[in-house]
Amino acid sequence: MENIKARAEKTAAATEASGGGRVPAVEMIGITKYFRSVPVNDSIDMKIYKGEILSLLGENGSGKTTLMNMLSGIYFPDSGSIRIDGQPVHIKSPKDALDLHIGMIHQHFKLVDVLTAAENVVLGLNESFRLNLKNVRREVASICEKYGFTVDPDKKVYDMSVSEKQTLEIIKVLYRGADILILDEPTAVLTPQETRRLFSVMRNMKEDGKSIVIITHKLHEVMDISDRVAVLRKGKYIGDVNTADTDPQQLTDMMVGHRVSLNIDRPEPDNVRECLKVEHLSVIDADGVKKLDDVSFTAMGGEILGVAGIAGSGQKELLEVIAGLQSALPGSSVIFTDRDGKTSSLIGKTPMEIKKLGVHLAFVPEDRLGMGLVGDLDIADNMLIRTYRDGAGMFVNMKKPRKLAEEIVEEFEVVTPDLLTPVRKLSGGNVQKVLVGREIAGDPSLLMSAYAVRGLDINTSYIIYRLMNEQKAKGTAVIFVGEDLDVLLELCDRIMVLCDGRISGIVDGRTAAKEEVGLLMTRLETEAGK
Amino acid sequence: MIHISKRPDFNRFKGKYAGLNRWTGFGIHLLVRLIGLVLALAVSGVLIYAITKLNPIDVYAEMANGVFGTSRRVWTWLRDLALLLLVAVGLAPAFKMRFWNIGAEGQILVGALATSACMIYMGSANIPTPVFLLIMGIGSMLAGALWGIIPAVFKAFWGTNETLFTLMMNYIAIQLTSFFIPMWEHPKGSNTVGIINAASKAGWFPEVFGQQYMLNIIIVAVITVAMFFYLKRSKHGYEIAVVGQSESTARYAAMNVKKVVVRTMTLSGAICGLAGFLAVAGADHTVSTATAGGRGFVAIIVAWLAKFNPGTMAVISAMLVFLNKGAITIASKFNLSNDVSDIIQGIILFFILGSEFFINYRIQLAHEGKKEEK
Repeated sequence: MENIKARAEKTAAATEASGGGRVPAVEMIGITKYFRSVPVNDSIDMKIYKGEILSLLGENGSGKTTLMNMLSGIYFPDSGSIRIDGQPVHIKSPKDALDLHIGMIHQHFKLVDVLTAAENVVLGLNESFRLNLKNVRREVASICEKYGFTVDPDKKVYDMSVSEKQTLEIIKVLYRGADILILDEPTAVLTPQETRRLFSVMRNMKEDGKSIVIITHKLHEVMDISDRVAVLRKGKYIGDVNTADTDPQQLTDMMVGHRVSLNIDRPEPDNVRECLKVEHLSVIDADGVKKLDDVSFTAMGGEILGVAGIAGSGQKELLEVIAGLQSALPGSSVIFTDRDGKTSSLIGKTPMEIKKLGVHLAFVPEDRLGMGLVGDLDIADNMLIRTYRDGAGMFVNMKKPRKLAEEIVEEFEVVTPDLLTPVRKLSGGNVQKVLVGREIAGDPSLLMSAYAVRGLDINTSYIIYRLMNEQKAKGTAVIFVGEDLDVLLELCDRIMVLCDGRISGIVDGRTAAKEEVGLLMTRLETEAGK
Repeated sequence: MIHISKRPDFNRFKGKYAGLNRWTGFGIHLLVRLIGLVLALAVSGVLIYAITKLNPIDVYAEMANGVFGTSRRVWTWLRDLALLLLVAVGLAPAFKMRFWNIGAEGQILVGALATSACMIYMGSANIPTPVFLLIMGIGSMLAGALWGIIPAVFKAFWGTNETLFTLMMNYIAIQLTSFFIPMWEHPKGSNTVGIINAASKAGWFPEVFGQQYMLNIIIVAVITVAMFFYLKRSKHGYEIAVVGQSESTARYAAMNVKKVVVRTMTLSGAICGLAGFLAVAGADHTVSTATAGGRGFVAIIVAWLAKFNPGTMAVISAMLVFLNKGAITIASKFNLSNDVSDIIQGIILFFILGSEFFINYRIQLAHEGKKEEK
């Protein structure tokens, strides 16, 4: 504890002393890293100053995380050097990084579920043989107080929400004495309210003289939180600007390399008709926990129905029940109406039975490579997932899927060495293009997508929005489960908000305010309003 | 700092990678393997000389002579190669589905038992040979299939562990064999089954094109080719690939995962059972607990090394059977103990597997960057 204070004073003094010519806490010089023979970071020069929040911005695969991983000791650069406080250093392991007071909070949390917060904090530290959790608790409490966190040191991790886990990860690296914190897409899993709380903590840490690097895709957050923005494109350092001197459009242009319009189209729905009527849908998981509770709504052909909610509020179950991959409790009803007005019940049917009913259902699941695609198969073979049964005889007809694969690669500009490359070798955005392309090719009357733009860069995200709008124009009912409220509010005609397995509200996408949706996500209204 | 990283997939059947055309890549791979083989021979040569003071060249020559010296030896080599290949071909669909079938040993054995039972109880009924062979073949496949279905059903419906299950099924098959041997023993008191139908040769494979083992080879060749197309081109083969990769994707694709698992294991077990038929009717003309002879396990190595490509499996089977036969020959010729031949086999296998490592991975100094890639 003395330790922390002393260091804080020292850094504060250093910041003051530097005055005009700021002191770089970290200097990366000519950093180059190859994966296979591809340069993912190409002679990057970057500085991180004391007491600043730096946003690291870039499209998918531009090398942001790789660069930061070299700072936190996960990768070692192929060439180039790193200086901390002016001293050249070699960071060979995460431990080296921590010794240099660098801590990284990864996208995927590295916590032990069955231990408490305090136990996780000291885990792996070379403390004395007997654990003195009392001291740990006290120090955790003092860190919390200092920066404005709230965490219960005795709470088990498995009882924690995503945002609590993230808080714990941050406390963990602070406890270890980190002065340079790297946060890899920290807001991807948070609600707007939680994001605001995180940002206020980040500002407190900045006041304390810490240097913070935040990796994010979301431009409005960049504008909100950072002092300076550094942009990477295709492994190269494009440049950095002071946040005060820039705007989202300029940042996008730097990131993409050419001009991109940042407006999402939302044509007026036309020829709206009832497509899917869900009533009293309830689902329990294998442990008997209710995942969906009496959910009723209607999805209309020709409109985009957004689904908002904190991760794990029942979105996955909702889509999987409709697709026939999960079973629902008795009393649930899912009625599908096709374009000719013929109705059929989907509840209790297997995917095969739904297919045989003639229901053209497209489903872009959250887990792209674990459910939507087969990672080891090539693009053409992945096209077969929906159609391999077509045609008589016991052999697969390869002509059509090959043609479809070619079309998708061309139309959606999928970056791939060739059609025969296994899809798991493609980048996240290209994987998603392949998956969405295949699902749309089936000419669906109902298109369900879960987190369709998660982890995708701006360019690809806009391609996906365009495709959703094209489907809407064709009269398809689109169910769009999303996590970015700004996008939901710009793209969707109506937004259904799920909270803890129940519908807490269905709002009009054109008139609803972001705050309103954010509140619905966390608080269950008594009456599911229309 | 030394860095080990996976090489980019280089599939020579799938065109270009990194500017290399498929034949250059193929050539490089072949070269690496040849270097591995030469190193293996050199190291075991040194060892042979150190232990036995024999000239390694003589030993290797004798090895080759033991396998290829006479046309009969060549045919025996081909017969054993075919048998091992058939088991590997039978295992391929199961392993491709990531179903760890280590029960081939038992499946072969029950196939062999079914075949022997037919020969013993129907041998004197004067059934025309083709019909009789057909009956025996089907019988052996049914028995093998049963040994495959049981663990598959338990896995599909109750989620049992197929590795342990198939392993246990092996012991049941061995115990069953021990149970039947006294019933079928000939002559009395020998506690062996002896050559079945030694006089009438009923149920023995007939000579085809004047060759005793030609029928074995034809059967295996046909099944191997069929399996190639089944795995690569058929709808079932596609289902096997998808189920093996991810069950949720399979369910998403409206596949009936349970059905695919049971069907594939039925096929796998049936082909391994058929191997038992070949072993009894086509080669040994007797049955014992050693009929499978460890082929059920060696075939696992064959299938995985070949990455389930039936053509590659044939090459690997040929090599393994050659090593085995050659090692036995030198052991008897030079009065070496069996352990020495095992050591030689081990060294050669070690280097062959080692060359696979260098084909799939590369080792580089961390600061070198990409220079050596080309």
